[in-house]
Amino acid sequence: MRVLAAMSGGVDSAVAAALAVDAGHDVTGVHLALSPDRQTLRSGARGCCSVEDAHDARRVADELGIPFYVWDMADRFREDVVEDFVAEYEAGRTPNPCLRCNEKIKFSAVLDRARALGFDAVVTGHHARLVDGELRRSVDAAKDQSYVLGVLTPEQLAAAMFPLGDMTKDRVRQIAAERGFAVATKADSHDICFIPDGDTRGFLARKLGSRPGPLVDAATGTTVGEHDGTYGFTVGQRRGLGVSVGDQRPRYVLSIEPVSRTVTIGTADQAGIGEVLTGPPTWTGTAPGLPFDAQVQLRAHGTPVPCRVESAGGGLRISLGSEQRGVAAGQAAVLYAPDAERGDRVLGQAAVASAD
Amino acid sequence: MTHPEPVYLDHAATTPVLPEVLAAMTEQLGRVGNASSLHASGRSARRAAEQARERIAEALGARPSEVLFTGGGTESDNLAVKGLFWARRQADPRRRRIVVSPAEHHAVLDSVEWLAKHEDAEVTWLRVEPSGRVTPAALAEALGDGTDVAVASVMWANNEIGTVSDVAELAATAHDVGVPLHTDAVQAVGQVLVDFGATGVDALTMTGHKLGGPMGAGVLLLRREAECTPLLHGGGQERDVRSGTLDVAAIVGLGAAVVAAVHGRVERATELARLRDRLVAGVMEQVPDAQLNGAPLDDVVRSGPGRLPGNAHLSFPGAEGDALLMLLDAKGIECSTGSACSAGVARPSHVLTAVGADPDRARSSLRFSLGHTSTDADVDALLEVIAPVVERARRAGMGRR
Repeated sequence: MRVLAAMSGGVDSAVAAALAVDAGHDVTGVHLALSPDRQTLRSGARGCCSVEDAHDARRVADELGIPFYVWDMADRFREDVVEDFVAEYEAGRTPNPCLRCNEKIKFSAVLDRARALGFDAVVTGHHARLVDGELRRSVDAAKDQSYVLGVLTPEQLAAAMFPLGDMTKDRVRQIAAERGFAVATKADSHDICFIPDGDTRGFLARKLGSRPGPLVDAATGTTVGEHDGTYGFTVGQRRGLGVSVGDQRPRYVLSIEPVSRTVTIGTADQAGIGEVLTGPPTWTGTAPGLPFDAQVQLRAHGTPVPCRVESAGGGLRISLGSEQRGVAAGQAAVLYAPDAERGDRVLGQAAVASAD
Repeated sequence: MTHPEPVYLDHAATTPVLPEVLAAMTEQLGRVGNASSLHASGRSARRAAEQARERIAEALGARPSEVLFTGGGTESDNLAVKGLFWARRQADPRRRRIVVSPAEHHAVLDSVEWLAKHEDAEVTWLRVEPSGRVTPAALAEALGDGTDVAVASVMWANNEIGTVSDVAELAATAHDVGVPLHTDAVQAVGQVLVDFGATGVDALTMTGHKLGGPMGAGVLLLRREAECTPLLHGGGQERDVRSGTLDVAAIVGLGAAVVAAVHGRVERATELARLRDRLVAGVMEQVPDAQLNGAPLDDVVRSGPGRLPGNAHLSFPGAEGDALLMLLDAKGIECSTGSACSAGVARPSHVLTAVGADPDRARSSLRFSLGHTSTDADVDALLEVIAPVVERARRAGMGRR
């Protein structure tokens, strides 16, 4: 097959490209330029858009002897990921930009262009298993990225290859080292790539400016302070609330109301959520018949929770088997069919609309 | 997957080293000797370097003392622009202005912008004809009475679209108001007649690897009376303008390349123009809505061709240059989209933007450049695949917003 390897400059996508070459595919490497400012040179945690990353990706491609190009996706990325991220926070929701990037950039804009140019598939270094069109968790539970791929459709998955799903991250690094890739010891990326310093609140403050509003304590029913912008908060957040409440019990963000800019906080028992309502779902395969029992994961590194999934309006009602904290509107509820042997299977996802 | 023997249509990026250059350099590399040393080995190295200097001077119409060896075109451009600016402003602090074409190579543009940012220079951008040419009238207008101008810079031939400007007339225009003119002739040497003395320019950039010489070896031709502040300080080599131990092997190779390029110029230019005209006509036949950028193929200026004989620069409406390049590369045909930044991201060419092309036309362009190894078979190979490649790239381009 003619395969396009999306190469971020990190160790995972380097090894994924190498494995695609080993498998006998005709591989071309592409680095996506996602930042409008190509001069960004930085140290520490890596993102996916610096000149150094492009260089690292090119070095690997050259060692593999495959063609390599940089595709400028900065405009699309800004519109579909960065601006969406800011708008979601502005609307009081908590988006996942990596999921959005997979949905709109890597497996949409890039895949479309690859297909038009004659490629059959896109290979990436995501840690997830994809066998016979079924998307499953990686064998490396700590590195599993199936959550941010849960938004992919059967058509997108049919043209995707994730060769790293069967191996641990340690094994990936080992393969990279055996091949002499300079990126073998390169640090993992943890941050949102377009916020390299990790200061999401600062980034949003620069984008949205100061938008003060009241901080209300649901436990006492009183306004306990003022905040600089609802975007500095996410539902379930405990740290950095900037208030002290007399009773010494910890407070959590319960809800964010963007119009009145009210951030409501409350105690642990008030923060518990038993039911989630979502927007329209997407499915990775044939749509399952509703209702059904499954597991749901509500955050990128969250613990899966048993649940019952029913139809509700145009979306889903997900009843949780145990109370959860920190379920924010905008987050993806990714549904899994547990399978200890072959890996939990991703059924699909839907964006959280409200939680109660 | 790449073709076993690529069809190389990117000679303006770099061109294969000539056999006589390789032989001369290999021989010199085996010898010890610093050209600044006083003993026999040093004398021998110096003799080799000075012979090369004299041959280059003769081939380009300069005096040997006007040949300053540098590390290549970028260094020569930096040295000329910054060095002349500093020296001229030193002599008269009113001279803060730099008059420059917006279609210059980045080595000139970025030097100018650096001076504007850090040295309080003021930039006057020259009006450029749609062909890419700078006229004497545009230069005269920008210079004014010249009292506040430190230096002017206009390239001899454009590296992307191949347009030749009449540098002799531009030099005369600049001198009318007492302003020195620098010209980047990196693409011109060996393709059109370049005579430094007859042209009257004050500084001229050239480099070896565009002529079959080594990379990393270039020249700044600098008029004897021109004051130029050095970028590199040290041992005082090269008239104290460019310190550093001479790279004698590279200089010997550069000398051989310049001699070969200049002596074989007329014959080679005729052949390149023939192949280039075939290429353009053939592409136009295969892709009827393709557009030629730059000057017409048969354009002339007073000194000769108005367009480099080896240059074909075309836009393919609806297709993106980087998609075209990738598809041609996959078929073993090597060309260029123009300028790429350090990360390899395709940007609309500043040259096409400067000549008034809209961003879509700029993004959809490819440069095919022919050189001393080009053959009819190379052109045939391109013509065989160009139509389906453009069609495929157009389909891929439709996803763009």
